[in-house]
Amino acid sequence: MIDWKRWFIKDNAAIPLLAILSGLLFGAFVMLLGGFNPIDAYSHLFRNVFGSPYDFGETIRQVTPLIFTGLSVAFAFRAGLFNIGAEGQFVMGMTGASIVGVLLEAPWYIHAPLALAGGALLAGLWGGLAGFLKARWGINEVITTIMLNWMALYLSNYIVRAFLLEPKQQRTYLIHDSAKTSMAWLSELFGSARVHWGIFFALLAAVLCYAFLWKTGQGLELRAVGHNPHAAQYAGMNVKRNVTKAMFIGGVFAGLGGAFEILGVFHYQVIASASPGLGFDGIAVALLGGNHPLGVVLAALLFGSLSYGSAGMSFGADVPPEIIRIIIGSVIFFVASPGIIRWAMGLFARNRKRKEVA
Amino acid sequence: MTYTAVFAIACMIALTGCGQGNSSEGAASPSSQPPSASSESPSSSPSASGQGLKIGMVTDTGGVNDNSFNQSSWEGLQQLSQETGIEVKYLQSKADSDYLPNLNQFAKQNYDLTWGIGYIIADSMKLSAEQNKDARFAIIDNVVEMPNIQSVTFAEHEGSFLVGVVAGLTTQSNKVGFIGGLEIPVIKRFEAGFKAGVAAVNPNATVSVNYTGAFDKPDLGKAAAATLYNDGVDILFHAAGSTGNGAFNEAKDRVKNGQKVWMIGVDKDQSLIFGNEVTLTSMVKRVDEAVKLVSKSVIDGTFQGGTVLSLGLKDNGVGLPADNPNLSQEVLDKVEEYKAKIVSGEIEVPTE
Amino acid sequence: MQQTKVVDMRGITKRFPGITVNDGIDLSLLQGEVHAILGENGAGKSTLMNILFGLYQPDEGEIRIHGKPALIDNPNTAIRLGIGMVHQHFKLVQPFTVAENIILGSEPRRGFSISYREAVRRVEDLSRQYGLNVDPNARIEEISVGMQQRVEILKTLYRGADILVFDEPTAVLTPDEIEELLDIMRSLVRQGKSILLITHKLKEIMEIADRVTVIRRGKVIGNVAKAETNPSQLAEMMVGRSVSMAIDKKPIEPGKPVLQVERLVVKGREGAPAVNGISFTVREGEVVGIAGVDGNGQSELIQALTGLRKAESGEVRLMGADITNAAPRAISETGMGHIPEDRHKHGLVLDFSLRENMALRTYDKKPFKRYGLLDYAAIDKHAQELVEQFDVRCPDIYTQARALSGGNQQKAIIAREIEKGPELLIAAQPTRGLDVGAIEYIHRRIVEQRNKGKGVLLVSYELDEILSLSDRVLIIFDGQIIGETRPEETNDRELGLRMAGSRLDKDAERSHAG
Repeated sequence: MIDWKRWFIKDNAAIPLLAILSGLLFGAFVMLLGGFNPIDAYSHLFRNVFGSPYDFGETIRQVTPLIFTGLSVAFAFRAGLFNIGAEGQFVMGMTGASIVGVLLEAPWYIHAPLALAGGALLAGLWGGLAGFLKARWGINEVITTIMLNWMALYLSNYIVRAFLLEPKQQRTYLIHDSAKTSMAWLSELFGSARVHWGIFFALLAAVLCYAFLWKTGQGLELRAVGHNPHAAQYAGMNVKRNVTKAMFIGGVFAGLGGAFEILGVFHYQVIASASPGLGFDGIAVALLGGNHPLGVVLAALLFGSLSYGSAGMSFGADVPPEIIRIIIGSVIFFVASPGIIRWAMGLFARNRKRKEVA
Repeated sequence: MTYTAVFAIACMIALTGCGQGNSSEGAASPSSQPPSASSESPSSSPSASGQGLKIGMVTDTGGVNDNSFNQSSWEGLQQLSQETGIEVKYLQSKADSDYLPNLNQFAKQNYDLTWGIGYIIADSMKLSAEQNKDARFAIIDNVVEMPNIQSVTFAEHEGSFLVGVVAGLTTQSNKVGFIGGLEIPVIKRFEAGFKAGVAAVNPNATVSVNYTGAFDKPDLGKAAAATLYNDGVDILFHAAGSTGNGAFNEAKDRVKNGQKVWMIGVDKDQSLIFGNEVTLTSMVKRVDEAVKLVSKSVIDGTFQGGTVLSLGLKDNGVGLPADNPNLSQEVLDKVEEYKAKIVSGEIEVPTE
Repeated sequence: MQQTKVVDMRGITKRFPGITVNDGIDLSLLQGEVHAILGENGAGKSTLMNILFGLYQPDEGEIRIHGKPALIDNPNTAIRLGIGMVHQHFKLVQPFTVAENIILGSEPRRGFSISYREAVRRVEDLSRQYGLNVDPNARIEEISVGMQQRVEILKTLYRGADILVFDEPTAVLTPDEIEELLDIMRSLVRQGKSILLITHKLKEIMEIADRVTVIRRGKVIGNVAKAETNPSQLAEMMVGRSVSMAIDKKPIEPGKPVLQVERLVVKGREGAPAVNGISFTVREGEVVGIAGVDGNGQSELIQALTGLRKAESGEVRLMGADITNAAPRAISETGMGHIPEDRHKHGLVLDFSLRENMALRTYDKKPFKRYGLLDYAAIDKHAQELVEQFDVRCPDIYTQARALSGGNQQKAIIAREIEKGPELLIAAQPTRGLDVGAIEYIHRRIVEQRNKGKGVLLVSYELDEILSLSDRVLIIFDGQIIGETRPEETNDRELGLRMAGSRLDKDAERSHAG
């Protein structure tokens, strides 16, 4: 007979999976309380994600930025840093891409990569700034990144307003076609859903993120700094440089996500009263994904699907889309408190044992 | 949730109730007539032609319970549904990226009309209208030039001119203020009209302007109001969505402490939410009526895509609410006088 | 007189997945005795005590307390039965006072409020009764480690314990503090308490224990009365083979200077100089021991030498090259190996696998790095060789460093530091917390370096270690070298006095000032 308990505790995937299950069950419970039919709701959610090529394409579109921001948070976390700033870095990535996309003109094979690089660089510097402040003066990165999030929002609003604004609109001019990373044929395949190059780059970024952290000397340094900065310093690694570098690279990941939103999805940037929230979702994605690139991709798939599918739930089963936030919230809650899951698994195991004895 | 629902119902009852009561005394005080009362087609005979028709609505990120134009639009659709039996449904947008899929959702389900509520949805609606050439759309507060989109705009500057007149006549300190959300064309129209109205009746009064940069930040609204009131401003007009709720709270606190200050509400008759102690009057935008008007054109088969429906004072698309217990007859007469001048074209209200 | 058994554990067996930690252990504690449990790290001593204290449930076996069968399913039950545990790692709230810590969880109440005056009074009474000399109003963060341990002892007494379990109590103490602790234990026993002492230090056992139970690999190897045994017999029982404590140290004439330190000044944590103008030299083929009481500048000295802390002034030369305030990597590459004082903090990345830890200093050098990527085949081969060569016992090289015993962690560090062939080896507290077998091994490796003509700088608080390994001994006090001697010219008593005598003066000053 399979020893369930041991298998579950051993396997890293067990806790996230059970947390997801618990979250969905909790969501069903809330729906029942609200007088909705959870089975109906979930089937509509599912259908809205996989029901048509268009919806599936839009789900991919929703998943793409979450992979990037999830990687951003996970990468920094591996170096022992809590990057709350993926949100601001994402916004800076959008802004950098808008600047290059609107103001510059060039052939597509130069323009699009340049726009991506612009966004990535700006976001990388934004993240690196928090890293530098931490390395140089020991200022806690949680605090600086939270503040930098706001600064990013207002700075980007200012840049849009002052340099890129289309008259009578509250958004930038459309970016030039040469800077767009939309994929016409793929989009066609998915019923004109806004699928773009970003998804391939996101998957590539996940692979690179893994390779960097676990296959290179620099990655070993970063992880050593993350686990034990004292030992890293003792072993001759430059802790301060690594902290800055980790935040820079984390920023680049988030920035690529933001840049692709502009270049692949919107083709313009709006003056926003609040930041898009995808960077904050990235924290949850990284947490659920165990700060591992593969986990991040899977978690982003889940979050993106739930988030996009919630419209179907609302449309088909009249369940308010807020329910999906409750489900996502409770999934995070259960992931963040594995003790509850272990306790539940322990109860389960003990009951079995008792039954066996009896 | 329950609060807003109660408010929504209260607003609906109040508005419709006033409308009915008003038609009898309309002659006595024309200015207090609800802006839409006369333009409304007779609703006494619920037309059965609405059966089988489906109309969808996509909110902006403010959501359907925003106490403002999303909610007002939805109320309009619900009323129409009761009157004509059409099927109505809304989808909320959580982020900018949701507009397009939400619009497409309705279009692909063959809805007869899909509403986009808010300026910001224009770009997405254009894309959706291109991808779904057979579907029909309508948008509030913006103009999209597509053969299957009906655009609806309001002459906010005209209505704002009238509340400017009220403010100019009522102020004791000769200082009035304006709180805006984002500095975008539609909000600039509020500001420009208000300033012109104040200037028309009280050239000595100054108008202080504060843009908070957000429509969903009551804390910013409260802070902005506090600053302005501290400067000696005694009447504040806001066009800032729920940011303005904070301004109302600040005004309430001050009134409670004996200071005499006023707020002028926006979009709906906000005295119904914040009370007559602080609400001098409101610049009402009849989004609900506009939604009903255009939706009916779908039922009647007279939908005109590619056109712009611009609702001003003339059409009673904007104006003061029915009931203005805080305004003297003198002020109301003055308002009526300027209204006539604007309608006749004698005064052209600036838009920026 | 027939002594009663206050604790009687019979046939205790505890299994964890894949391993039997306790295998049918019998243990009895008599009224008023000190009973030592001796065993190497990982032998199962702590597990046994955790079972007694209710933290684990045994899979088999029974426990009797005062002759009655007891089911101890959690620590509260243990406390109710009069069992108190003094943990190796203290469980104290730093900003609280001594009295507050002691009453935490069983506060004397007056109505709804806690009566602090009552608490202070009772703590004072207990402290006086057992000669603990603890100030109930001092904050934990302000008192020494030895005092903190006494607070832990008081905590158990306050809760009415008459069976006290001490888990490796001397691991964190200075020689003076150890003496004082042993006195306290004697006083406790005199007043009717019974003590279980978990340790792997033979010296303490010979000094205080009445009986000894030796555990090896989860089994009881033997139970002997102290009077009928001797240290080498105990060591052999513990390790399972005969242990030679003598060290093969043939006389060598020291060669050229390897390390030269000139008037070095290093600031401590509070900003005052912790190292205050130290000068000395280490030559080829000699072990220079630095003897001193903890906290006299040893840590700061080593950190400055190895590049972990900035030197204010002075000069450090390694093989003639100036390495003052150089980066740790540069110093290491000039020819220095460093066994750090705190192996968990500095020596290892505990969450890394053994193979990564073995390459922690050299991962960016050939052959481990090729085309910018890590060559894990080379890293594995290197780690495998070191593991075999240095007898690091581990399931495999992919095991997390955290999962290894202290001795094997230390062996891994030594393997890494010696393998690169340093001209100077700095060994700080190289055997702290290790058992006899590991100590013997590490001592041999250190002397081997010297015999190969390398220089060794040894910093230790263990006088025995200093005396048996060093060729020359420098005595450090208050950031300065206050004397030099040779092991053959002194003994631990005299050396201890030279260190402790000064310290007593300092204490006297302090108490006058206070």
